[in-house]
Amino acid sequence: MNGVLLYSLIVLGVMGGILAIILYFIAQKFKVEENPLIDEVESALAGANCGGCGYAGCRNFAEACVKAAAEKKSLAGLHCPSSDMQKVADILQLTVEAEEPKIAVVRCNGSCENAPSKVHYEGADICAFANTLYAGENGCPNGCLGLGDCVKACPFDAIHIDGVTGLPVVDPERCVACGACTKVCPRNIIEIRPRGKNDRRVYVSCMNVEKGAIAMKNCKVSCIGCQKCFKTCPFEAIEMRGNLAYIDPAKCKSCRKCVEVCPRGSIIEVNFPPRKPKEENKESVNNEVKN
Amino acid sequence: MNPIKTFPKGGVHPEENKLSSDRPIERFPIPKQVIIPLGQCLGAPAEVIVNKGDTVKTGQLIGTAKGFISANVHSSVSGKVAKIDEVMDHTGYRKPAVFIDVEGDEWAEGIDTSDTIIRDITLSREEIIERVKTHGIVGMGGATFPTYVKLSIPKDKKADFVIINAAECEPYLTCDNRLLLERAEQFLIGVKILMKAVDAPKALIGIEKNKIDAARYLDKMIKSDSYYNGIEVQLLKTKYPQGGEKQLIKATTGREVPSGKLPIETGCVVVNVASTYAIYEAVQKNKPLISRIVTVTGKSLKRPANLEVRIGTPANLLIEACGGLPEDTANVINGGPMMGKSVSVTDFPVIKGTSGILMLNVKDAQPRTVGNCIRCGKCIQACPMGLEPYYLCRVSRQKDFESTESHNIMDCIECGSCEFTCPANIPLLDYIRFGKAKTGQIIRSRNQK
Amino acid sequence: MNQFTISGSPHVHGEESTKKIMYSVVIAMLPMFLVSIYFFGLNALRVVAISVASCLLIEWLIQKYMIKGPNTISDGSALVTGMLLAFNVPANIPWWMLVIGAAVSIGIAKMSFGGLGKNPFNPALVGRVFMLISFPVAMTTWPVPHPVFSNTVLDAVTGPTPLGILKEGLAQGLTVEEITKNIDYIDFLIGNRGGSLAEMCAIAILIGGLFLIIRRVIDWQTPVIIIATVAIIAGICWLINPAQYVNPLYHILSGGLLLGAFFMATDMVTTPMTMGGKIVFSIGVGALTIIIRLWGAYPEGMSFAILIMNAFVPLINKGFKPKRFGVVKK
Repeated sequence: MNGVLLYSLIVLGVMGGILAIILYFIAQKFKVEENPLIDEVESALAGANCGGCGYAGCRNFAEACVKAAAEKKSLAGLHCPSSDMQKVADILQLTVEAEEPKIAVVRCNGSCENAPSKVHYEGADICAFANTLYAGENGCPNGCLGLGDCVKACPFDAIHIDGVTGLPVVDPERCVACGACTKVCPRNIIEIRPRGKNDRRVYVSCMNVEKGAIAMKNCKVSCIGCQKCFKTCPFEAIEMRGNLAYIDPAKCKSCRKCVEVCPRGSIIEVNFPPRKPKEENKESVNNEVKN
Repeated sequence: MNPIKTFPKGGVHPEENKLSSDRPIERFPIPKQVIIPLGQCLGAPAEVIVNKGDTVKTGQLIGTAKGFISANVHSSVSGKVAKIDEVMDHTGYRKPAVFIDVEGDEWAEGIDTSDTIIRDITLSREEIIERVKTHGIVGMGGATFPTYVKLSIPKDKKADFVIINAAECEPYLTCDNRLLLERAEQFLIGVKILMKAVDAPKALIGIEKNKIDAARYLDKMIKSDSYYNGIEVQLLKTKYPQGGEKQLIKATTGREVPSGKLPIETGCVVVNVASTYAIYEAVQKNKPLISRIVTVTGKSLKRPANLEVRIGTPANLLIEACGGLPEDTANVINGGPMMGKSVSVTDFPVIKGTSGILMLNVKDAQPRTVGNCIRCGKCIQACPMGLEPYYLCRVSRQKDFESTESHNIMDCIECGSCEFTCPANIPLLDYIRFGKAKTGQIIRSRNQK
Repeated sequence: MNQFTISGSPHVHGEESTKKIMYSVVIAMLPMFLVSIYFFGLNALRVVAISVASCLLIEWLIQKYMIKGPNTISDGSALVTGMLLAFNVPANIPWWMLVIGAAVSIGIAKMSFGGLGKNPFNPALVGRVFMLISFPVAMTTWPVPHPVFSNTVLDAVTGPTPLGILKEGLAQGLTVEEITKNIDYIDFLIGNRGGSLAEMCAIAILIGGLFLIIRRVIDWQTPVIIIATVAIIAGICWLINPAQYVNPLYHILSGGLLLGAFFMATDMVTTPMTMGGKIVFSIGVGALTIIIRLWGAYPEGMSFAILIMNAFVPLINKGFKPKRFGVVKK
């Protein structure tokens, strides 16, 4: 019995030793020389492979950073929205200018209440497929389909479908504005916008380009292209894209005049302090978005 | 008649429900206003050539084809153009359309509106194809592919067979069946025209066995007159998707269209029954495609019918005429239950590809509870293209478009046999369609590079 | 007026559903169940009841408190697993062993992979093999069948299975002829022999199997090929040396071969998808079974054979694709 035990031990031990030596030589022979900085930069990144930087993954981005640092001595044009670029710059002994913080914004407010369903969808839970099949449960051809392609695409778990409204809601704490959701939305509803001063921002929460009379039918809060906001804006920050108003975040000074004049309540303000009591009715829209 | 044939692999047999197969074709009265969408075929929509306020005559050209795969659009009524605007089609999306207020029924010049049947084919090959093109004829089975493209055979190819798709394998639909029974002579002349157009010595009419009356009737006519030499009736087993182009070619001739290739590779040109009839009208009577036969059906519908309808008639008028929308309607389908599209609104206009308007009741269209895949392999058995639907569904869902391509998702004919047979009620075809669309995009963008 | 439903085509659905498939299997198992009640009386009822109840309960608990998903016990798959597990154990098994077996079947072999359709191994067999290895004595002590209508009191008496007799006998140096001289094959057919709850009665199994084949729940090829493979290999050995190897009929009718061939090797979830794959799988099961029986340590190899072949299923699925339309081999 002991003989067998000893024999097994020896055989296994010798085999292990030989294989270890072979492995060592193979590893030596096929070793890939890589700049250790790449690993270091990669470890400083979020590692979500979200694609927000425009590269396929964090590794590729790290390589690009190291390459740019070696060749151009600057990180211009390289930005990871989901991690601290200062850390990357420190590793590469460079400086970066702080980018304006951004956030994903859902430009549709066609909740179950605002835009009641006319038909009922049954099938694969893919917006991109439902988009080819029909205009939407509420009939709006530009509105949110609510099947959550954006939710599935988000690498940071920052976007969720609200059970009551049926619309996606962005978690401002988690969103890093990588833009993964904007790429998958078949209706281009989600936009990456600057967070704004003090995290306050104003935007048109509608994508409907139909004529006013038609847009009005499907949704209570649709933009009807009346141009009131366009005419009111003192900073020329609002442009009319056909029947749809768009607020250019670069020009907007967050004066909120457009919010007041919009007859449809389709312009939304976020994180502003409450107004004077007379406009209480608009607060309800506000709170909904904040939540 | 030849012995019954079928395609070798896959297929399902849904409940046939041909409720309206004994209802003769009725001419549906011209409505007060028609709405003629400009995009009625696969490919680019036509370009409008009339203006608001213009007076148009029945059969007058109102939209010209734009691009290679596109078809002309004609006015189906006479009257005044009320507006050129967008109309909600069956999907709920708005598409450009011409609204015409009807005034009388005055036909454009040069159109033979009499009932006399003209047998002599005087036009040459090229003239026939040109006629098919100018008269806006598309595949009327539902796919709406411009027919002239099919008939223009590349120089290095030769057509051996014209195959007429009279399988009508979709449950419920009966419009082709009625057409064969009631307008057999015109139809057969249409087949002769097609044979001349593609220079094929033989034509095979593939009919499923559940339409044995029509098959016998046609067979008798063909055998009694030497004018029809070369045409043959081929009975087929009642099995879905017998009317799929590739399946039909395999069933009737035994030839297999190579993966990724067009049917002409095997020397076959497949044309639908309604299109053949439309070709007869266009070539012999100079009549553009302005009306079609629509099966309005449903188990709860009071009076299922086959109606000959002017293009652009709102569908809800047809439903009203057949007894109104039944109370227990769960979904309304434009086309048949296997490949048709569910509609969001019932007032969409009838277009060239509207073969049927089907009202499924709540019982037949029960809300599906989706379960887990139990790997039973029934979808593989049902797939007529020899694919693995369960796998394609899974990788499409995971957005693994390399795997979808390597597992030949582009071969899928979207017949829905897999989803029909799935015991877990998984919407397999939804996911596969999504994967196929994405994979197609990837392949196209790669080919462009 | 209802809202219209929007869905992708097809808009109609076939008759088949997971539930129908599962309950067909349950119906197919009823003859075996009745036979087992006939032979083992209330004990059979007790074993089946405990097994089914614990399978359903464990699935419900896991689904509710661990997966937090919808209730799935009504789909019938836990019921099938529970019945199959019960059919594969001796009638006098202590209740707590059965509960542990059920917990392993449902909890480990099925739910830990995500529930129905996701398990690589047949849950009932995993439970059975777990019990066989953990409680070898209890799992191999079979009560002698005792028809409920006979007057003799035999309840406590236990006896070996035909395969056990064979293995023991051969180990003691007896020849096959000496061992099998008292065997009556009619007893095998009706099930009057030692064995697990429902594996003995060939006729009941065949009735159930035939029902499933007619219902198109299973393909006839799988059981036929398994049985044929066993018969061929056993037959060759028997022809070479009839003193050492028993005839193929003995092998086919004894042990869990028939039960396994009709009810476990045909489980949709854990077997290949295409016919080609199923054929390879069946040959593998048949060959492994007879190899374990003839030369292995255990007298019976059906459970092990199926589980081993289950592991090969993903590989078989990769290798055996359906024939594609429009691809002609040159």
